[in-house]
Amino acid sequence: MRQKKEHIRNFSIIAHIDHGKSTLADRLLELTDSVAKRDMQQQLLDNMELEKERGITIKARAVTLDYKAHDGNTYELNLIDTPGHVDFNYEVSRSLAACDGAILIVDATQGVEAQTLANTYLALEHDLELVPVINKIDLPAADPDRVCADVEEIIGLDCEDAPRISAKTGQNVEAVLEKIVRDIPCPEGDDDAPFKALVFDSVYDNYKGVIVYVRVMDGTLRSGDTMKMMATGATFTVVEVGHMRAMSLENTGVLKAGEVGYITASIKSVSEARVGDTVTKVGNEAAEPLPGYKKVNPMVFCGLYPADGADYEALKEALEKLQLNDAALSFEPETSGALGFGFRCGFLGLLHLEIIQERLEREYDLDLVSTVPSVVYKIHLSDGRVVEIDNPTNYPDPAVIDYVEEPMADAHIYSPPEYIGVIMALCQDRRGTLKDQQYISSDRVDIHYKLPLNEIIYDFFDALKSRTRGYASFDYELCGYERSNLVKLDVLLNGDLIDALSYIIHSEKAYPRARKIAEKLKDNIPRQMFEIPVQIAIGGKVIARETIKAMRKDVLAKCYGGDITRKKKLLEKQKEGKKRMRQFGTVEVPQEAFMAILKLDDQT
Amino acid sequence: MRLRRMEGGLLNLPGIYIHVPFCSAKCPYCDFYSLVGREKTDAYCAAVTDELKTLRRVGPLADGLKDRDISTVYFGGGTPSFVGAENLSRLLRAVKENYVLLPGAEITVECNPSSSLVPGFFETLAAAGFNRVSLGMQSAVGAERKKLGRRATAADVETAVKACQQAGITDISLDIMLGVPEQTESSLLSSLDFALSLGVTHLSAYLLSIEEGTFFDKKRDALNLPEEDAVCDMYLSLCGYLKNNGFRHYEISNFCLPGHEARHNTAYWRDEEYLGVGPAAHSYLNGRRFYFPRDLDAFISGMPPVDDGPGGGWEEAVMLALRLDTGISLQEIKEIFAVAPSPSLPAILQQYQSAGLLTFDGDRLTLTERGFLVSNTLIGEIIDVITP
Repeated sequence: MRQKKEHIRNFSIIAHIDHGKSTLADRLLELTDSVAKRDMQQQLLDNMELEKERGITIKARAVTLDYKAHDGNTYELNLIDTPGHVDFNYEVSRSLAACDGAILIVDATQGVEAQTLANTYLALEHDLELVPVINKIDLPAADPDRVCADVEEIIGLDCEDAPRISAKTGQNVEAVLEKIVRDIPCPEGDDDAPFKALVFDSVYDNYKGVIVYVRVMDGTLRSGDTMKMMATGATFTVVEVGHMRAMSLENTGVLKAGEVGYITASIKSVSEARVGDTVTKVGNEAAEPLPGYKKVNPMVFCGLYPADGADYEALKEALEKLQLNDAALSFEPETSGALGFGFRCGFLGLLHLEIIQERLEREYDLDLVSTVPSVVYKIHLSDGRVVEIDNPTNYPDPAVIDYVEEPMADAHIYSPPEYIGVIMALCQDRRGTLKDQQYISSDRVDIHYKLPLNEIIYDFFDALKSRTRGYASFDYELCGYERSNLVKLDVLLNGDLIDALSYIIHSEKAYPRARKIAEKLKDNIPRQMFEIPVQIAIGGKVIARETIKAMRKDVLAKCYGGDITRKKKLLEKQKEGKKRMRQFGTVEVPQEAFMAILKLDDQT
Repeated sequence: MRLRRMEGGLLNLPGIYIHVPFCSAKCPYCDFYSLVGREKTDAYCAAVTDELKTLRRVGPLADGLKDRDISTVYFGGGTPSFVGAENLSRLLRAVKENYVLLPGAEITVECNPSSSLVPGFFETLAAAGFNRVSLGMQSAVGAERKKLGRRATAADVETAVKACQQAGITDISLDIMLGVPEQTESSLLSSLDFALSLGVTHLSAYLLSIEEGTFFDKKRDALNLPEEDAVCDMYLSLCGYLKNNGFRHYEISNFCLPGHEARHNTAYWRDEEYLGVGPAAHSYLNGRRFYFPRDLDAFISGMPPVDDGPGGGWEEAVMLALRLDTGISLQEIKEIFAVAPSPSLPAILQQYQSAGLLTFDGDRLTLTERGFLVSNTLIGEIIDVITP
């Protein structure tokens, strides 16, 4: 029988980056005594070191809070945290699908931003009840009245009794808890119906295997039951079920309709319990899975190589470990003539790429060289076949290509109107097509562009931020493939093709880009014993050329008794320097040269 | 490169270097340790005499000096001539009283033309046993000398060389600097002509390097230094010019008539041992390096030398030997140090050879003049490919 679960509330917190989502989550934990004060680290829910540093949530997590409300009842509040970045949109959407409502935080100094809107639309798509909260009222620049007006005007949410709080100081945070109990609807479900639960996150644990985070829609699951993943068909014996507490897992032995909880079942890899999949129970199986599952595919690819070839195995192991916890990360072995043995890795987006790279370098202490990120191109060959390539090295001979398609992104940029000019110039330069431009308030404009994904994966966001002094915000989603006139640029040093530096680019931009790459290489590769020609070519045709002159003078003229130690130290320093170089035939290229090409900003 | 040690004893004999840290003025390019004025010369001479006596008896250097004769003595600075021929003679006497000098030992003193114009100066030195003089000329061109802070004139240099030769010291070396402000290829050649006309047997030609903390370092931008390419061309034409005049280019910066190599300095490049006395002087004895701190007062008060770690090893030997025109022999390296070069060595050396940076006959490897110009990097590369 379908019944209301009066004392449960399932909700998440959505916000633009830096609007205080994690800080509010921490305060809620404190207020419900979920965490002893002494265990309270700042931003408890973001438990990766990197997340703390970057101030963003990478993985979703959930926690159950017990709250004794003013009406005298104790409520089970399930807070489901959502990742705060466009790369993780799918995970956000699954987390929201597990909720019945959401707290929308808006920064009282900044107002509505791109992700405020994007997340609001996502929440509305899932029919969530939205509870607006105005945060950071302790800041001198706070203007809650204006921001409330903004939210009402732009989003259409009534803000009259929106709690005005400071998550940082804790001011008025209790009001948020009361709002959750009062305004967010309780879940409904049938404890006896076939079991059906949505996976909104899964985490690998060394002892328990994968911990699957679920929202139960219908039915009951107990330890010892046999569960089944509906997308993969894999079955497992349930070991533990229960609630997530802030500091530990609470094994309750049973999960019922409406609840949010975890399951462990000796699952070996998160790829067997992917986000979005439906868990059911063998014996009382659901007829249909829950809607919305999709396998997320990597959008951005790059080669990752150990700076020291001896670290290949270590890199492989590290990637395997990260993949246990990150079903969206893909990798396969790749060999580059220039960089040796490494891996072609696929990511959801650039942030995802950067995070993985940083984790490899920090947590696994690996020194990496990465190649230029690439998107997936569809190459239509003259014989009618279509190949998808994510690595410029595999770009076919132009003679056998009929045409090429590239992925496009539908992008919204929100900005104060004074930056419209520079934003349009930037988008135009990135081959964008203006779709629409709308004033969403007197000081906020929504500029809607269609942009090729390969123009935004690398440094678009940085360029946007620097040109608008940080005021513009940006959000995009993919919108299919379009035919485009693309070419591959090859870099040759001393006549040798450096495959790791090959680059796919729109033909109109090929010449200026080629010249810039040549210049950058010339500036960043130190003079060596020999003269080194730097050539940039399309097919066999060289379109830009520079020469790195041979070193002429590097000598210690005097070397007597006291100079010998000095000279030895110089030699040691030279050796250290060489370690940071990559040998290409006779040419030594410092890692900085790779970086310089990656960071080829068009303003310089 | 020669065998430095034989089993059971030391084969090659150490040299003695005495650092005389006094000058009449500080030259704008110089970063050697030196003080202006003669104020503490007496205390200094007493301290050197004292150290010569005690170092061989007690302390960390004693073992390396025990029962070893001395092959060369070198007084450098600073400006040794600035303290006067009497003081220098007294110091040399102190050396002889405490150490056995080999018959025919090379005994060199660095002089500056102006302070050696005192009548009888070179006669006193010759009488004391000095048999080689190194004169700091730097340039024979007035404008360049002025920029370098040299007070004497070219005529003074000529007078000093003549006086030295008349006193019977005919092994004379002149210092010349390359790449100094205002210098051109023709002004350099005129300096060389002048030097050769004086009949000297040795020339040291140093590429100017701007050392941190010197006056030139602070005024770097206002110096009007010749371009790097021009300086390299000057070096190459100097090498050619001296070769045509019968000089052997035996080390990166050193040239001599046959048989007139500076033996004391050559020992450094053969990685042989030496005792250094005086503030900022370095020693290399019994396989370890030491130095006296750059502090005259500390030296006078008897502060002992500081340990500077181990010396020797194949890398050091190769690094130094490649400065010489005799270069290195792979076979010798293998025999002495048991280091077998990597198999890729010949192919890589071949590339450098085609680029005109070295010559390699399958065993012996020497740098060319163009190779000398990039020797810091090149030697590093060679050591890298020798490393098995």
